[in-house]
Amino acid sequence: MIEVEGLTKVYGNKTAIDNLTFTVQQGEVVGFLGPNGAGKTTTMRVLSCYMPPTSGTARVGGCDIRTQALEVRRRIGYLPEHVPLYTDLTVTQYLNFVAEAKRLSRLTRRQRVGEAIERCLLQDARGRIIGKLSKGYRQRVGLAQALLGDPPILILDEPTIGLDPKQIIEIRSLIREMQGERTVILSTHILPEVSMVCQRVIIINDGHIVAVDTPESLTRRLQRSTQVLLQIDGPPEQVTGRLREVAGVLQVVMKDGAGALRRYLVDTDKDRDLRQELARVVCSSGWGLLELRPVDLSLEDIFIRLVTEEEAVSHQPSAVS
Amino acid sequence: MGTLAVFKKEMRSYFASPVAYAVFTLFLVISGYFFYTILIYLSLISVQAAMNPGLARGLNVTDGVVRPFFIDLGVVLLFLMPLLTMRLFAEERKQGTLELLLTYPLRDGEVLLGKFMAATTLYALLLSTTALYVLLLTLWSELELYPILTGYLGLLLLGMAFLSLGLLFSSLTENQIVAGAFAFGASLLLWIIGWGGTLAEGDWGVLFRNLSIVEHLASFARGVLEMKDIVYYLGMTGFFLFATLKSLEIRRWKG
Repeated sequence: MIEVEGLTKVYGNKTAIDNLTFTVQQGEVVGFLGPNGAGKTTTMRVLSCYMPPTSGTARVGGCDIRTQALEVRRRIGYLPEHVPLYTDLTVTQYLNFVAEAKRLSRLTRRQRVGEAIERCLLQDARGRIIGKLSKGYRQRVGLAQALLGDPPILILDEPTIGLDPKQIIEIRSLIREMQGERTVILSTHILPEVSMVCQRVIIINDGHIVAVDTPESLTRRLQRSTQVLLQIDGPPEQVTGRLREVAGVLQVVMKDGAGALRRYLVDTDKDRDLRQELARVVCSSGWGLLELRPVDLSLEDIFIRLVTEEEAVSHQPSAVS
Repeated sequence: MGTLAVFKKEMRSYFASPVAYAVFTLFLVISGYFFYTILIYLSLISVQAAMNPGLARGLNVTDGVVRPFFIDLGVVLLFLMPLLTMRLFAEERKQGTLELLLTYPLRDGEVLLGKFMAATTLYALLLSTTALYVLLLTLWSELELYPILTGYLGLLLLGMAFLSLGLLFSSLTENQIVAGAFAFGASLLLWIIGWGGTLAEGDWGVLFRNLSIVEHLASFARGVLEMKDIVYYLGMTGFFLFATLKSLEIRRWKG
Protein backbone atom coordinates (compact mmCIF):
# COMPACT_ATOMS: atom_id res chain seq x y z
CA MET A 1 0.00 0.00 0.00
CA ILE A 2 2.84 2.33 0.82
CA GLU A 3 6.26 1.80 -0.71
CA VAL A 4 8.91 4.28 0.25
CA GLU A 5 12.16 4.25 -1.63
CA GLY A 6 15.22 6.29 -0.82
CA LEU A 7 13.13 9.20 0.42
CA THR A 8 15.24 12.24 1.28
CA LYS A 9 14.18 15.73 2.30
CA VAL A 10 16.64 18.55 2.80
CA TYR A 11 15.70 21.94 4.27
CA GLY A 12 18.41 24.43 3.42
CA ASN A 13 21.49 22.71 4.74
CA LYS A 14 19.68 20.44 7.18
CA THR A 15 18.79 16.93 6.13
CA ALA A 16 15.51 16.07 7.81
CA ILE A 17 15.17 12.56 6.44
CA ASP A 18 17.89 10.68 4.66
CA ASN A 19 17.29 7.84 2.28
CA LEU A 20 14.29 6.23 4.00
CA THR A 21 13.11 2.93 2.57
CA PHE A 22 10.22 0.90 3.95
CA THR A 23 6.93 -0.63 2.93
CA VAL A 24 3.58 -0.86 4.62
CA GLN A 25 1.20 -3.65 3.68
CA GLN A 26 -2.50 -3.16 3.10
CA GLY A 27 -4.49 -3.18 6.32
CA GLU A 28 -1.46 -2.76 8.51
CA VAL A 29 -1.21 -0.32 11.40
CA VAL A 30 2.36 0.89 11.56
CA GLY A 31 3.82 3.03 14.31
CA PHE A 32 6.40 5.63 13.55
CA LEU A 33 8.65 6.15 16.52
CA GLY A 34 11.41 8.60 17.08
CA PRO A 35 12.63 11.41 19.29
CA ASN A 36 11.66 15.00 18.50
CA GLY A 37 13.29 16.20 15.33
CA ALA A 38 13.92 12.68 14.05
CA GLY A 39 12.00 13.32 10.85
CA LYS A 40 8.62 11.75 11.62
CA THR A 41 6.57 14.80 10.72
CA THR A 42 8.65 15.46 7.62
CA THR A 43 8.10 11.90 6.42
CA MET A 44 4.37 12.23 6.95
CA ARG A 45 4.25 15.58 5.19
CA VAL A 46 6.04 14.11 2.22
CA LEU A 47 3.83 11.04 2.12
CA SER A 48 0.70 13.16 2.31
CA CYS A 49 1.96 15.27 -0.60
CA TYR A 50 2.14 18.48 1.38
CA MET A 51 5.72 18.90 0.28
CA PRO A 52 7.75 17.15 -2.39
CA PRO A 53 10.83 15.11 -1.46
CA THR A 54 14.30 16.34 -2.37
CA SER A 55 15.11 12.95 -3.84
CA GLY A 56 13.76 9.45 -3.78
CA THR A 57 10.12 8.66 -4.14
CA ALA A 58 7.20 6.81 -2.65
CA ARG A 59 4.11 5.11 -3.95
CA VAL A 60 1.06 5.62 -1.81
CA GLY A 61 -1.94 3.52 -2.73
CA GLY A 62 -0.23 2.69 -6.01
CA CYS A 63 0.34 6.31 -7.02
CA ASP A 64 3.61 8.15 -7.16
CA ILE A 65 3.82 11.10 -4.77
CA ARG A 66 5.95 13.06 -7.22
CA THR A 67 3.90 12.71 -10.35
CA GLN A 68 0.41 11.81 -9.14
CA ALA A 69 0.06 14.00 -6.08
CA LEU A 70 -3.65 14.67 -6.62
CA GLU A 71 -4.36 10.94 -6.94
CA VAL A 72 -2.42 10.24 -3.76
CA ARG A 73 -4.33 12.94 -1.90
CA ARG A 74 -7.59 11.36 -2.97
CA ARG A 75 -6.53 8.15 -1.26
CA ILE A 76 -5.31 9.47 2.07
CA GLY A 77 -6.72 10.96 5.21
CA TYR A 78 -4.18 13.11 6.97
CA LEU A 79 -4.14 14.45 10.49
CA PRO A 80 -1.27 16.90 11.07
CA GLU A 81 0.41 17.17 14.41
CA HIS A 82 -1.33 20.14 15.96
CA VAL A 83 -4.75 19.46 14.45
CA PRO A 84 -5.13 22.67 12.49
CA LEU A 85 -8.83 23.49 12.07
CA TYR A 86 -10.82 26.53 11.01
CA THR A 87 -11.76 27.84 14.41
CA ASP A 88 -14.51 30.17 13.20
CA LEU A 89 -16.68 27.43 11.66
CA THR A 90 -18.99 24.98 13.36
CA VAL A 91 -18.17 21.27 13.28
CA THR A 92 -20.80 20.55 10.63
CA GLN A 93 -19.82 23.53 8.48
CA TYR A 94 -16.21 22.49 8.66
CA LEU A 95 -16.84 18.86 7.80
CA ASN A 96 -19.08 19.94 4.94
CA PHE A 97 -16.25 22.02 3.57
CA VAL A 98 -13.83 19.10 3.87
CA ALA A 99 -16.32 16.83 2.12
CA GLU A 100 -16.52 19.31 -0.74
CA ALA A 101 -12.77 19.78 -0.85
CA LYS A 102 -12.39 16.02 -1.01
CA ARG A 103 -14.84 16.05 -3.90
CA LEU A 104 -17.47 13.78 -2.42
CA SER A 105 -20.54 13.79 -4.58
CA ARG A 106 -23.30 16.12 -3.55
CA LEU A 107 -25.66 13.21 -2.92
CA THR A 108 -23.51 11.31 -0.47
CA ARG A 109 -21.95 14.32 1.20
CA ARG A 110 -24.53 14.75 3.91
CA GLN A 111 -24.56 11.06 4.70
CA ARG A 112 -20.77 10.81 4.83
CA VAL A 113 -20.48 13.80 7.11
CA GLY A 114 -23.08 12.21 9.36
CA GLU A 115 -21.14 8.95 9.45
CA ALA A 116 -17.88 10.69 10.29
CA ILE A 117 -19.60 12.61 13.08
CA GLU A 118 -21.01 9.41 14.53
CA ARG A 119 -17.83 7.44 14.18
CA CYS A 120 -15.84 10.06 16.04
CA LEU A 121 -18.53 10.57 18.69
CA LEU A 122 -19.17 14.18 17.78
CA GLN A 123 -22.97 14.05 17.84
CA ASP A 124 -23.30 16.55 20.69
CA ALA A 125 -20.82 18.99 19.16
CA ARG A 126 -22.30 19.26 15.65
CA GLY A 127 -23.38 22.87 15.84
CA ARG A 128 -20.64 24.18 18.05
CA ILE A 129 -17.90 26.54 16.90
CA ILE A 130 -14.63 24.64 16.63
CA GLY A 131 -12.71 27.42 18.37
CA LYS A 132 -14.75 26.83 21.50
CA LEU A 133 -14.26 23.06 21.61
CA SER A 134 -11.99 21.28 24.06
CA LYS A 135 -8.76 19.71 22.90
CA GLY A 136 -10.28 16.24 22.93
CA TYR A 137 -13.18 17.28 20.73
CA ARG A 138 -10.88 19.07 18.32
CA GLN A 139 -8.78 15.96 18.01
CA ARG A 140 -11.92 14.04 17.16
CA VAL A 141 -12.91 16.63 14.58
CA GLY A 142 -9.41 16.24 13.14
CA LEU A 143 -9.86 12.51 12.97
CA ALA A 144 -13.32 12.93 11.45
CA GLN A 145 -11.95 15.09 8.63
CA ALA A 146 -9.25 12.49 7.97
CA LEU A 147 -11.86 9.72 7.81
CA LEU A 148 -14.19 11.65 5.52
CA GLY A 149 -14.35 10.14 2.08
CA ASP A 150 -13.30 6.75 3.35
CA PRO A 151 -9.66 6.95 2.38
CA PRO A 152 -7.92 3.56 2.32
CA ILE A 153 -4.82 5.10 3.89
CA LEU A 154 -4.61 7.17 7.05
CA ILE A 155 -1.59 9.20 8.04
CA LEU A 156 -1.89 10.37 11.63
CA ASP A 157 0.74 12.55 13.24
CA GLU A 158 0.60 12.16 17.03
CA PRO A 159 -3.12 11.37 17.17
CA THR A 160 -3.30 11.10 20.94
CA ILE A 161 -1.12 14.01 22.00
CA GLY A 162 -2.65 16.29 24.60
CA LEU A 163 -5.68 14.14 25.37
CA ASP A 164 -6.84 12.90 28.73
CA PRO A 165 -6.57 9.18 29.47
CA LYS A 166 -10.19 8.44 28.66
CA GLN A 167 -9.97 10.18 25.30
CA ILE A 168 -6.69 8.44 24.53
CA ILE A 169 -8.37 5.09 25.04
CA GLU A 170 -11.24 6.13 22.76
CA ILE A 171 -8.94 7.26 19.98
CA ARG A 172 -6.82 4.16 20.28
CA SER A 173 -9.77 1.84 20.04
CA LEU A 174 -10.95 3.84 17.05
CA ILE A 175 -7.61 3.23 15.37
CA ARG A 176 -7.57 -0.41 16.36
CA GLU A 177 -10.99 -0.86 14.81
CA MET A 178 -9.55 0.20 11.49
CA GLN A 179 -6.97 -2.54 11.49
CA GLY A 180 -7.34 -4.74 8.45
CA GLU A 181 -9.77 -2.35 6.87
CA ARG A 182 -7.44 0.59 6.40
CA THR A 183 -3.72 1.11 6.19
CA VAL A 184 -2.59 3.39 8.99
CA ILE A 185 0.71 5.10 9.65
CA LEU A 186 0.81 6.90 12.95
CA SER A 187 3.56 8.63 14.77
CA THR A 188 3.74 8.82 18.50
CA HIS A 189 6.15 9.24 21.30
CA ILE A 190 4.05 7.31 23.79
CA LEU A 191 5.70 3.94 23.55
CA PRO A 192 3.14 1.66 25.18
CA GLU A 193 0.72 3.02 22.61
CA VAL A 194 2.74 1.43 19.86
CA SER A 195 2.58 -2.04 21.34
CA MET A 196 -1.13 -1.54 21.99
CA VAL A 197 -2.15 -0.26 18.59
CA CYS A 198 0.49 -1.12 16.03
CA GLN A 199 1.42 -4.34 14.35
CA ARG A 200 4.74 -3.01 13.25
CA VAL A 201 7.11 -0.31 14.42
CA ILE A 202 9.47 1.83 12.41
CA ILE A 203 12.01 3.48 14.64
CA ILE A 204 13.61 6.54 13.15
CA ASN A 205 16.39 8.67 14.53
CA ASP A 206 18.17 11.61 12.98
CA GLY A 207 16.49 11.00 9.65
CA HIS A 208 17.52 7.36 9.44
CA ILE A 209 15.54 4.21 10.03
CA VAL A 210 17.03 2.42 12.99
CA ALA A 211 14.76 -0.60 13.14
CA VAL A 212 11.61 -2.02 11.56
CA ASP A 213 9.88 -4.91 13.29
CA THR A 214 6.92 -6.00 15.36
CA PRO A 215 6.95 -4.68 18.92
CA GLU A 216 7.31 -8.21 20.31
CA SER A 217 10.23 -9.32 18.21
CA LEU A 218 11.95 -5.98 18.78
CA THR A 219 11.74 -6.66 22.47
CA ARG A 220 13.02 -10.17 22.00
CA ARG A 221 15.80 -9.20 19.70
CA LEU A 222 17.17 -6.50 21.87
CA GLN A 223 16.84 -8.09 25.22
CA ARG A 224 20.51 -8.82 25.63
CA SER A 225 20.25 -9.37 29.35
CA THR A 226 17.64 -10.31 31.92
CA GLN A 227 17.09 -8.02 34.84
CA VAL A 228 16.07 -8.77 38.37
CA LEU A 229 14.93 -6.22 40.88
CA LEU A 230 15.62 -6.83 44.56
CA GLN A 231 14.72 -4.89 47.65
CA ILE A 232 17.12 -5.73 50.41
CA ASP A 233 17.52 -4.60 54.00
CA GLY A 234 21.26 -4.63 54.58
CA PRO A 235 24.46 -2.55 54.39
CA PRO A 236 24.49 -1.22 50.79
CA GLU A 237 28.21 -1.61 50.00
CA GLN A 238 28.33 -5.18 51.23
CA VAL A 239 25.11 -6.09 49.46
CA THR A 240 26.35 -4.70 46.17
CA GLY A 241 29.63 -6.52 46.59
CA ARG A 242 28.03 -9.84 47.42
CA LEU A 243 25.55 -9.66 44.58
CA ARG A 244 28.33 -8.93 42.11
CA GLU A 245 30.11 -12.10 43.14
CA VAL A 246 27.22 -14.32 42.09
CA ALA A 247 28.11 -16.17 38.92
CA GLY A 248 26.25 -14.83 35.89
CA VAL A 249 25.69 -11.35 37.26
CA LEU A 250 26.84 -8.69 34.86
CA GLN A 251 26.12 -5.56 36.80
CA VAL A 252 24.48 -4.32 39.96
CA VAL A 253 22.96 -0.88 40.19
CA MET A 254 21.68 0.59 43.41
CA LYS A 255 18.39 2.30 42.72
CA ASP A 256 16.45 4.14 45.39
CA GLY A 257 15.85 3.81 49.09
CA ALA A 258 17.44 5.18 52.23
CA GLY A 259 19.63 3.84 54.98
CA ALA A 260 19.87 0.09 54.88
CA LEU A 261 16.69 -0.53 52.92
CA ARG A 262 17.42 -0.19 49.25
CA ARG A 263 16.50 -1.48 45.84
CA TYR A 264 19.03 -3.06 43.55
CA LEU A 265 18.78 -3.75 39.86
CA VAL A 266 20.77 -6.76 38.78
CA ASP A 267 21.65 -7.47 35.14
CA THR A 268 22.20 -11.13 34.48
CA ASP A 269 23.10 -13.26 31.50
CA LYS A 270 20.34 -13.72 28.99
CA ASP A 271 18.45 -17.02 29.30
CA ARG A 272 19.72 -17.64 32.77
CA ASP A 273 17.39 -17.44 35.75
CA LEU A 274 19.43 -16.36 38.75
CA ARG A 275 16.56 -15.61 41.07
CA GLN A 276 17.05 -18.59 43.33
CA GLU A 277 20.76 -17.99 43.52
CA LEU A 278 20.29 -14.33 44.40
CA ALA A 279 17.74 -15.11 47.08
CA ARG A 280 20.03 -17.67 48.64
CA VAL A 281 22.94 -15.23 48.79
CA VAL A 282 20.83 -12.55 50.45
CA CYS A 283 19.31 -14.89 53.03
CA SER A 284 22.55 -16.62 53.87
CA SER A 285 24.12 -13.25 54.55
CA GLY A 286 21.43 -12.59 57.13
CA TRP A 287 19.86 -9.59 55.33
CA GLY A 288 16.18 -9.07 54.84
CA LEU A 289 14.81 -9.80 51.36
CA LEU A 290 11.65 -7.77 50.86
CA GLU A 291 11.13 -8.05 47.14
CA LEU A 292 12.48 -9.99 44.21
CA ARG A 293 11.09 -9.90 40.72
CA PRO A 294 12.21 -10.12 37.10
CA VAL A 295 12.01 -6.96 35.01
CA ASP A 296 11.11 -7.05 31.36
CA LEU A 297 12.77 -4.68 29.03
CA SER A 298 10.09 -2.21 28.03
CA LEU A 299 9.75 -0.69 24.61
CA GLU A 300 11.02 2.54 26.13
CA ASP A 301 14.32 0.91 26.94
CA ILE A 302 14.65 -0.53 23.51
CA PHE A 303 13.82 2.78 22.01
CA ILE A 304 16.36 4.62 24.10
CA ARG A 305 18.90 1.93 23.45
CA LEU A 306 18.36 2.16 19.74
CA VAL A 307 18.34 5.87 19.34
CA THR A 308 21.13 6.67 21.73
CA GLU A 309 23.17 3.63 20.79
CA GLU A 310 24.20 3.18 24.34
CA GLU A 311 25.82 0.11 25.74
CA ALA A 312 23.30 -2.41 26.95
CA VAL A 313 24.48 -2.19 30.53
CA SER A 314 24.18 1.50 31.18
CA HIS A 315 20.46 2.07 30.94
CA GLN A 316 17.87 2.59 33.63
CA PRO A 317 14.58 0.91 32.86
CA SER A 318 11.70 3.18 33.56
CA ALA A 319 9.39 0.24 34.07
CA VAL A 320 10.81 -0.03 37.54
CA SER A 321 9.33 2.29 40.05
CA MET B 1 -15.66 22.18 -7.79
CA GLY B 2 -12.60 22.52 -5.59
CA THR B 3 -12.60 26.23 -6.22
CA LEU B 4 -16.22 26.40 -5.19
CA ALA B 5 -15.55 24.58 -1.91
CA VAL B 6 -12.80 27.04 -1.00
CA PHE B 7 -14.93 29.97 -2.15
CA LYS B 8 -17.87 28.95 0.01
CA LYS B 9 -15.65 28.35 3.00
CA GLU B 10 -14.01 31.76 2.67
CA MET B 11 -17.34 33.53 2.31
CA ARG B 12 -18.52 31.77 5.44
CA SER B 13 -15.36 32.79 7.28
CA TYR B 14 -15.77 36.42 6.23
CA PHE B 15 -19.20 36.59 7.76
CA ALA B 16 -18.42 34.33 10.72
CA SER B 17 -15.63 36.68 11.76
CA PRO B 18 -15.99 40.44 12.27
CA VAL B 19 -13.97 41.15 9.11
CA ALA B 20 -16.86 41.54 6.70
CA TYR B 21 -18.89 43.64 9.12
CA ALA B 22 -15.98 45.91 9.98
CA VAL B 23 -15.11 46.50 6.35
CA PHE B 24 -18.74 47.14 5.38
CA THR B 25 -19.18 49.61 8.22
CA LEU B 26 -16.01 51.50 7.41
CA PHE B 27 -16.78 51.55 3.73
CA LEU B 28 -20.36 52.73 4.15
CA VAL B 29 -19.41 55.50 6.56
CA ILE B 30 -16.54 56.80 4.46
CA SER B 31 -18.25 56.49 1.10
CA GLY B 32 -21.37 58.09 2.54
CA TYR B 33 -19.34 61.04 3.76
CA PHE B 34 -17.62 61.43 0.40
CA PHE B 35 -20.94 61.35 -1.40
CA TYR B 36 -22.42 63.88 0.95
CA THR B 37 -19.58 66.41 0.65
CA ILE B 38 -19.39 66.09 -3.12
CA LEU B 39 -23.12 66.60 -3.45
CA ILE B 40 -23.14 69.62 -1.13
CA TYR B 41 -20.24 71.15 -3.05
CA LEU B 42 -22.11 70.74 -6.34
CA SER B 43 -25.25 72.32 -4.96
CA LEU B 44 -23.23 75.30 -3.69
CA ILE B 45 -21.75 75.77 -7.12
CA SER B 46 -25.18 75.40 -8.67
CA VAL B 47 -26.48 78.29 -6.58
CA GLN B 48 -23.66 80.48 -7.87
CA ALA B 49 -24.25 79.22 -11.38
CA ALA B 50 -27.85 80.43 -11.22
CA MET B 51 -26.44 83.96 -11.40
CA ASN B 52 -23.66 83.11 -13.82
CA PRO B 53 -24.82 81.35 -16.99
CA GLY B 54 -21.22 80.84 -18.14
CA LEU B 55 -20.50 78.66 -15.17
CA ALA B 56 -23.71 76.71 -15.57
CA ARG B 57 -22.85 75.47 -19.00
CA GLY B 58 -20.32 72.89 -17.80
CA LEU B 59 -22.37 71.70 -14.88
CA ASN B 60 -23.95 68.30 -14.76
CA VAL B 61 -24.42 65.61 -12.10
CA THR B 62 -22.45 62.96 -13.92
CA ASP B 63 -19.30 65.03 -14.08
CA GLY B 64 -19.89 66.88 -10.85
CA VAL B 65 -20.83 64.03 -8.53
CA VAL B 66 -20.48 60.58 -9.98
CA ARG B 67 -16.99 61.00 -11.42
CA PRO B 68 -15.28 62.49 -8.37
CA PHE B 69 -17.19 60.01 -6.23
CA PHE B 70 -15.73 57.07 -8.14
CA ILE B 71 -12.23 58.48 -7.87
CA ASP B 72 -12.70 58.96 -4.13
CA LEU B 73 -13.92 55.39 -3.78
CA GLY B 74 -10.66 54.32 -5.36
CA VAL B 75 -8.86 55.99 -2.44
CA VAL B 76 -11.01 54.09 0.05
CA LEU B 77 -10.07 50.83 -1.64
CA LEU B 78 -6.45 51.57 -0.98
CA PHE B 79 -7.17 51.20 2.72
CA LEU B 80 -9.85 48.55 2.72
CA MET B 81 -8.67 45.97 0.22
CA PRO B 82 -5.71 44.85 2.35
CA LEU B 83 -8.17 44.16 5.16
CA LEU B 84 -9.99 41.67 2.95
CA THR B 85 -6.92 39.78 1.82
CA MET B 86 -4.33 39.97 4.57
CA ARG B 87 -5.88 37.05 6.42
CA LEU B 88 -6.38 34.68 3.52
CA PHE B 89 -3.05 32.86 3.42
CA ALA B 90 -1.15 34.33 6.38
CA GLU B 91 -3.75 33.13 8.87
CA GLU B 92 -3.88 29.66 7.31
CA ARG B 93 -0.15 29.40 7.54
CA LYS B 94 -0.05 30.59 11.13
CA GLN B 95 -2.82 28.23 12.23
CA GLY B 96 -1.29 25.40 10.23
CA THR B 97 -4.55 24.86 8.34
CA LEU B 98 -2.74 25.41 5.06
CA GLU B 99 -0.98 22.11 5.60
CA LEU B 100 -4.30 20.32 5.74
CA LEU B 101 -5.82 22.35 2.91
CA LEU B 102 -2.92 21.54 0.62
CA THR B 103 -3.22 17.81 1.26
CA TYR B 104 -6.81 17.67 0.06
CA PRO B 105 -7.25 16.71 -3.57
CA LEU B 106 -7.17 20.36 -4.63
CA ARG B 107 -4.76 22.05 -6.99
CA ASP B 108 -2.94 25.07 -5.62
CA GLY B 109 -4.60 27.08 -8.35
CA GLU B 110 -8.06 26.03 -7.20
CA VAL B 111 -7.30 27.10 -3.64
CA LEU B 112 -5.94 30.43 -4.85
CA LEU B 113 -8.83 31.05 -7.22
CA GLY B 114 -11.39 30.15 -4.54
CA LYS B 115 -9.88 32.68 -2.17
CA PHE B 116 -9.55 35.36 -4.83
CA MET B 117 -13.14 34.87 -5.93
CA ALA B 118 -14.36 35.11 -2.35
CA ALA B 119 -12.50 38.37 -1.80
CA THR B 120 -13.72 39.73 -5.13
CA THR B 121 -17.30 38.75 -4.38
CA LEU B 122 -17.20 40.44 -1.00
CA TYR B 123 -15.74 43.52 -2.66
CA ALA B 124 -18.42 43.48 -5.35
CA LEU B 125 -21.06 43.35 -2.61
CA LEU B 126 -19.36 46.28 -0.95
CA LEU B 127 -19.34 48.22 -4.17
CA SER B 128 -22.97 47.44 -4.89
CA THR B 129 -24.02 49.26 -1.71
CA THR B 130 -22.95 52.51 -3.35
CA ALA B 131 -25.53 51.96 -6.09
CA LEU B 132 -27.95 53.35 -3.54
CA TYR B 133 -26.32 56.77 -3.80
CA VAL B 134 -26.50 56.68 -7.56
CA LEU B 135 -30.17 55.66 -7.39
CA LEU B 136 -30.75 58.56 -5.04
CA LEU B 137 -29.31 60.92 -7.63
CA THR B 138 -31.62 59.66 -10.35
CA LEU B 139 -34.57 60.84 -8.28
CA TRP B 140 -33.66 64.50 -8.89
CA SER B 141 -31.53 64.54 -11.93
CA GLU B 142 -30.85 62.93 -15.22
CA LEU B 143 -27.81 60.72 -15.22
CA GLU B 144 -25.88 59.26 -18.08
CA LEU B 145 -25.89 55.54 -17.58
CA TYR B 146 -22.80 54.69 -19.56
CA PRO B 147 -20.16 56.50 -17.47
CA ILE B 148 -21.69 54.97 -14.36
CA LEU B 149 -21.38 51.46 -15.72
CA THR B 150 -17.83 51.96 -16.92
CA GLY B 151 -17.00 53.63 -13.63
CA TYR B 152 -18.17 50.61 -11.73
CA LEU B 153 -16.30 48.33 -14.10
CA GLY B 154 -13.15 50.38 -13.51
CA LEU B 155 -13.58 50.22 -9.75
CA LEU B 156 -14.14 46.49 -9.91
CA LEU B 157 -10.99 45.98 -11.97
CA LEU B 158 -9.00 48.30 -9.73
CA GLY B 159 -10.22 46.40 -6.67
CA MET B 160 -9.28 43.07 -8.23
CA ALA B 161 -5.74 44.32 -8.84
CA PHE B 162 -5.50 45.44 -5.21
CA LEU B 163 -6.94 42.16 -3.97
CA SER B 164 -4.51 40.03 -5.98
CA LEU B 165 -1.65 42.17 -4.71
CA GLY B 166 -2.93 41.63 -1.17
CA LEU B 167 -3.13 37.88 -1.73
CA LEU B 168 0.47 37.84 -2.87
CA PHE B 169 1.67 39.50 0.32
CA SER B 170 -0.57 37.27 2.41
CA SER B 171 1.08 34.23 0.88
CA LEU B 172 4.54 35.56 1.67
CA THR B 173 4.23 35.82 5.43
CA GLU B 174 2.41 34.17 8.29
CA ASN B 175 1.84 37.50 9.98
CA GLN B 176 -1.43 39.16 8.99
CA ILE B 177 -0.30 42.61 10.04
CA VAL B 178 2.84 42.39 7.95
CA ALA B 179 0.79 41.10 5.01
CA GLY B 180 -1.70 43.96 5.41
CA ALA B 181 0.97 46.62 5.83
CA PHE B 182 2.90 45.51 2.77
CA ALA B 183 -0.26 45.22 0.69
CA PHE B 184 -1.21 48.76 1.66
CA GLY B 185 2.30 50.07 1.09
CA ALA B 186 2.62 48.45 -2.31
CA SER B 187 -0.84 49.67 -3.37
CA LEU B 188 0.03 53.19 -2.27
CA LEU B 189 3.28 53.02 -4.19
CA LEU B 190 1.44 51.94 -7.32
CA TRP B 191 -0.86 54.89 -6.74
CA ILE B 192 1.71 57.63 -6.22
CA ILE B 193 4.15 56.41 -8.82
CA GLY B 194 2.13 58.51 -11.25
CA TRP B 195 3.22 61.69 -9.47
CA GLY B 196 6.69 60.99 -10.74
CA GLY B 197 5.21 61.25 -14.21
CA THR B 198 4.74 64.99 -13.87
CA LEU B 199 8.36 65.46 -12.75
CA ALA B 200 10.18 63.09 -15.07
CA GLU B 201 10.47 64.09 -18.68
CA GLY B 202 9.81 62.31 -21.92
CA ASP B 203 9.42 58.57 -22.02
CA TRP B 204 10.04 58.17 -18.31
CA GLY B 205 7.19 60.45 -17.52
CA VAL B 206 4.90 58.46 -19.80
CA LEU B 207 6.05 55.23 -18.19
CA PHE B 208 5.39 56.47 -14.67
CA ARG B 209 2.01 57.86 -15.60
CA ASN B 210 1.00 54.63 -17.24
CA LEU B 211 2.20 52.55 -14.33
CA SER B 212 0.05 54.49 -11.92
CA ILE B 213 -2.91 52.46 -10.89
CA VAL B 214 -5.23 55.45 -10.46
CA GLU B 215 -4.38 57.00 -13.83
CA HIS B 216 -6.31 54.21 -15.51
CA LEU B 217 -9.35 54.67 -13.33
CA ALA B 218 -9.84 58.23 -14.51
CA SER B 219 -10.82 57.28 -18.04
CA PHE B 220 -13.25 54.63 -16.75
CA ALA B 221 -14.89 57.30 -14.62
CA ARG B 222 -15.15 59.55 -17.67
CA GLY B 223 -17.06 56.83 -19.46
CA VAL B 224 -14.17 55.96 -21.74
CA LEU B 225 -13.50 52.30 -22.16
CA GLU B 226 -9.98 51.87 -23.39
CA MET B 227 -8.23 48.63 -24.10
CA LYS B 228 -5.00 49.71 -22.48
CA ASP B 229 -6.75 50.38 -19.16
CA ILE B 230 -8.51 47.06 -19.15
CA VAL B 231 -5.30 45.27 -20.10
CA TYR B 232 -3.45 47.16 -17.38
CA TYR B 233 -5.79 46.03 -14.60
CA LEU B 234 -6.24 42.47 -15.82
CA GLY B 235 -2.52 42.18 -16.44
CA MET B 236 -1.73 43.39 -12.93
CA THR B 237 -4.26 40.99 -11.45
CA GLY B 238 -2.99 38.07 -13.51
CA PHE B 239 0.60 38.82 -12.66
CA PHE B 240 -0.02 39.05 -8.92
CA LEU B 241 -2.11 35.87 -8.91
CA PHE B 242 0.60 34.04 -10.82
CA ALA B 243 3.22 35.28 -8.39
CA THR B 244 1.04 34.08 -5.50
CA LEU B 245 0.78 30.65 -7.08
CA LYS B 246 4.55 30.48 -7.38
CA SER B 247 4.97 31.66 -3.81
CA LEU B 248 2.68 28.84 -2.66
CA GLU B 249 4.79 26.39 -4.62
CA ILE B 250 7.99 27.67 -3.06
CA ARG B 251 6.42 27.37 0.38
CA ARG B 252 5.65 23.76 -0.32
CA TRP B 253 9.29 23.06 -1.01
CA LYS B 254 10.41 24.89 2.06
CA GLY B 255 7.79 23.30 4.26
